[in-house]
Amino acid sequence: MKFSEQWLREWVSPQLDVQGLADQITMAGLEVDAIEPAAALFSGVVVGEVVSKEPHPNADKLSLCQVEDGSGEPAQVVCGAPNVAAGQKVPFARVGAVLPGDFKINKAKLRGVESRGMICSASELGMAEETSSGILELPASAPVGEDFRTWIGLDDHCIEVDLTPNRGDCLSIKGLAREVGVLNRLPVEGPRIEPVPAAHDDAFAVRVDDAERCPRYIGRLIKGVDVTAETPLWMVERLRRSGVRSIDAVVDVTNYVMLELGQPLHAFDRANLQGTVIVRLAREGEQLVLLDGQTVALRDDTLVIADERGPLAIAGVMGGEHSGVSAATRDIFLESAFFSPLAVAGQARTYGLHTDASHRFERGVDPRLTGEAVERATRLLVDITGGEPGPLVESCSEAHLPDEREVRLRAARLEQALGKRLPAEEVADILERLGMAATSDSQGWHTRVPSWRFDLAIEEDLVEEVARIHGYNRLPVRRPRARLGLRADHEARVPLSRLRRQMVARGYQEAVTYSFVAPELQAALLPDAVSPRLANPISSDLSVMRASLFPGLVRALEYNLNRQQNRIRLFEAGLIFRGELDALEQTPMLGALACGPREPEGWAGGRERVDFFDLKGDLESLIGLGGEPETWRFEPAEHPALHPGQSARILHRGEAVGWIGALHPGVRAQLGLRSDALLFEVRQDALTHGRIATFRPLSRYPEVRRDLAFLVDESLPVQALLDTLRAQAGEWLAECRLFDVYQGKGVPEGRKSVALGLTWQHPSRTLNDEEINQLVDAIVAESQQHLGAELRG
Amino acid sequence: MDHLPTLIAEAREAIQTAGSISALDELRVHYLGKKGEITALLKGLGALPAAERPAAGERINQAKQALAEELDVRRQALEKAELETRLAAERVDVTLPGRGQVGGGLHPVTKTLERIEGLFTRIGYDVAVGPEIEDDYHNFEALNIPAHHPARGMADTFYFDATRLLRTHTSPVQVRTMKEQAPPIRIVCPGRVYRSDSDLTHTPMFHQVEGLLVDEDVSFADLKGTIEDFLHAFFERDDLSVRFRPSYFPFTEPSAEVDIQCVMCSGDGCRVCGHSGWLEVMGCGMVHPEVFRHSGIDAERYTGFAFGMGAERLAMLRYGVNDLRLFFDNDLRFLRQFA
Repeated sequence: MKFSEQWLREWVSPQLDVQGLADQITMAGLEVDAIEPAAALFSGVVVGEVVSKEPHPNADKLSLCQVEDGSGEPAQVVCGAPNVAAGQKVPFARVGAVLPGDFKINKAKLRGVESRGMICSASELGMAEETSSGILELPASAPVGEDFRTWIGLDDHCIEVDLTPNRGDCLSIKGLAREVGVLNRLPVEGPRIEPVPAAHDDAFAVRVDDAERCPRYIGRLIKGVDVTAETPLWMVERLRRSGVRSIDAVVDVTNYVMLELGQPLHAFDRANLQGTVIVRLAREGEQLVLLDGQTVALRDDTLVIADERGPLAIAGVMGGEHSGVSAATRDIFLESAFFSPLAVAGQARTYGLHTDASHRFERGVDPRLTGEAVERATRLLVDITGGEPGPLVESCSEAHLPDEREVRLRAARLEQALGKRLPAEEVADILERLGMAATSDSQGWHTRVPSWRFDLAIEEDLVEEVARIHGYNRLPVRRPRARLGLRADHEARVPLSRLRRQMVARGYQEAVTYSFVAPELQAALLPDAVSPRLANPISSDLSVMRASLFPGLVRALEYNLNRQQNRIRLFEAGLIFRGELDALEQTPMLGALACGPREPEGWAGGRERVDFFDLKGDLESLIGLGGEPETWRFEPAEHPALHPGQSARILHRGEAVGWIGALHPGVRAQLGLRSDALLFEVRQDALTHGRIATFRPLSRYPEVRRDLAFLVDESLPVQALLDTLRAQAGEWLAECRLFDVYQGKGVPEGRKSVALGLTWQHPSRTLNDEEINQLVDAIVAESQQHLGAELRG
Repeated sequence: MDHLPTLIAEAREAIQTAGSISALDELRVHYLGKKGEITALLKGLGALPAAERPAAGERINQAKQALAEELDVRRQALEKAELETRLAAERVDVTLPGRGQVGGGLHPVTKTLERIEGLFTRIGYDVAVGPEIEDDYHNFEALNIPAHHPARGMADTFYFDATRLLRTHTSPVQVRTMKEQAPPIRIVCPGRVYRSDSDLTHTPMFHQVEGLLVDEDVSFADLKGTIEDFLHAFFERDDLSVRFRPSYFPFTEPSAEVDIQCVMCSGDGCRVCGHSGWLEVMGCGMVHPEVFRHSGIDAERYTGFAFGMGAERLAMLRYGVNDLRLFFDNDLRFLRQFA
């Protein structure tokens, strides 16, 4: 809500400068966003009168004017505005004046004729956003020679206040003044509003079919209005300073009264109303062309103003085009109504609308304002457009008007809530100032909530009001007290923070990518993935929930490759979303991506490209933190995003928990990536699962080591050999090291040599050669039988 | 026997000029070995008259001892020289960078979240997390934001269908926790939240930390104390001014926005604080009884406070980042600055 400081001060004027006033209301919960001068600075402009106008001797579009500026000696001015005319009162910049933008007015010759001063347009004075086509015409009553700035009250400020949704009562000068009055203990006085006597008996019938949604409806016929009458400058200025453009006299008046009192009004063209004005629910599918030109199909939960032919307006939201006021309108039907907040709430949004009226009705308009507003608007309309008012037609259902709420505030509760006992007199005073008509007893206060406060319903609301007016920053500060109880701590668990730090220690930067990704990217990487799609994405690039961390990481890879980064290590921790909405899994994952050389460029080598085993080593370092590497497996498997020969499904305790591999070259080409890359992602719950260490006594007896080299098929996973070996090596096997894998000279085509170092140790005796030989024989025999492995000589 | 002095002189000469430890070893064998010259002289003592033997024997032994000593001295000198040569040869340029420097780093948002979590968990709060795809009930209804409430317009929500959405705040985690756990409750809920807004100062995804404390006799004063302590600790400035402004959230009553004295200009007014000297950093308030009702907590017996803050906002102020969008570009040149 934007308002003029001067306008507010007409109602209540505390001894504070504009900044002080802004600070005060900000600290009371009405946050001031901006304070701007009502017009840019200028000087030397007075009210002038165009005494005569003649054509310029040397130019068709210019005229030669004599302007009286109060000095008694008219100045000759060359003017280019089409609307300048003799007898007009105008803002006149004398020689020596300085206009906004530091534009100095000097004596000048225009097309050979001397010009002493300038007749100004609104935009030249910084009083209009858009460039004005003509000079600003002032009312005939403007006093010639008076300083224009002072006369029109331009030393004013536009104050923009960002109101929270609960404070609909402050969406008017009246409401803001009420608040300022409370804060400064000042009386608040607005213009006197008196009933305007009817000048004729014509009334337009009103029927309210839904009194619950519209408890009060007042209409009045005003005949013979001149819509083309000029809106007075003071009103145009106040509207402008409130951020509202002047449209025509009727619209200006309804807007003005809404800004002044907070009651939205609507004017219909009488000529386009048929029979009776009916307030009812729309019938499903009824059509209405709105003032903004769009046609809407109404729903049957929408309250409308209709006549016998059909809907005229969406109640409390927007009028219809057909029944709207135009320049040709002679008689208007003025509406002032109270629509219940629930009847209007959400309606505007469902039609893609948001209007000043819906904004106010959704938040609650004082139901006692209906009559006051219609009288105020009538008076202004009659004064400006010269119409003749008829009698008021009112439909009111007292039973449906909001209840007068009574709320109890207990002194003990107030003290507990604030951590301080406020003096009873102060509390009573605050409640009184807020219009709560409080009565007190030994336990606290009984209050009656004023009709304009829709946000006060329970005791806590009153606690806030008292705290707010007392001042939040005058309330005590204390630290919560709590019992010092120890909480469970799971030593076996590897916290995510530990996993993150391990990745950092391995040289990875943490990335945070959006949880929604481009569907094309996701489809390229995971053609079969099913994940929820946003109904209202911000762009199609961010429209589908990620079913894997891969799309985000690949996107980040691309971003960095395009910025000349060639060695990239990224990881991310976050949720992935898989399945249809009704069977959705939101799974915390940890993923990583690597590309480029093994080490940053340096003098000591490491220039080889990172490969599968670098990434696997990084992952194994995470697995190692849990202390149970034997519960993990990597099994060859194919994944659409990964190289079929360099990808593995990751198993933890037999359950598939992730993938690791090289980015599929085909996918890479499809995505146009400049580099290959390696990726993994693993379920966080598998990585955070660990064990508590269990001590085994250290053996004092010697170790026995045997190195075995096997020739196996090159396609045989080493894991199979290791499994066989462990199964046969007996319980005293202490360690098994794979120290060489070799193909080439000396090894037959299609085979590979795998060399292993096995170490045995017994806890309580020395192992003898014979028993070790037996174990080795068993290993060799089993490997040969099941894996076709032969021991190398 | 008579050539002993000559022999000794020769031996000394040889020892002094020996250039290596192996040459020295040869000399030891040559003179003092089993078949060495001195040993031969000792063996030849038997040929002397008995009366001369003791004196001669003593002279030879003295010579033997002297030579042995000289051999040792010379050996040590040679060993020392050899070590020095080796050390000189093994010199490296210690100014060369070390091997395998691979600096990784945490994302600044993670650093900020972990820091906030740490401050609260150290005084007894637990960390709670929840789903990001939420339902209307947990994100709105249970937080006293019924359908069509004007406050729904405060957060532009991403929807999947009529009832399922991306959470607009981490407050649903409060609701879930209060349903599962009886007071006292002390939790902080960090996580991703989503709003359909994207411009210079908004990204469609960002991070929040919410805090909740529910117990008997929790007051607005406790909330003020907690927030002030937190902001002082987070910015490591005990003199940082903090102010509470009345505001509105459907799930708290009373509600407040919290401003701190601008950390960029110390309150003098600058571009960051819009020349007001104050920065809005978080929202907070006392838990609304309606929220307790949804969670089955007795609002007469228990009171509580909740607060929420944007992690990116705090990270920007803490690290001086001037563009929100940098947090999600994942530009390595940006990320490396926080290692």
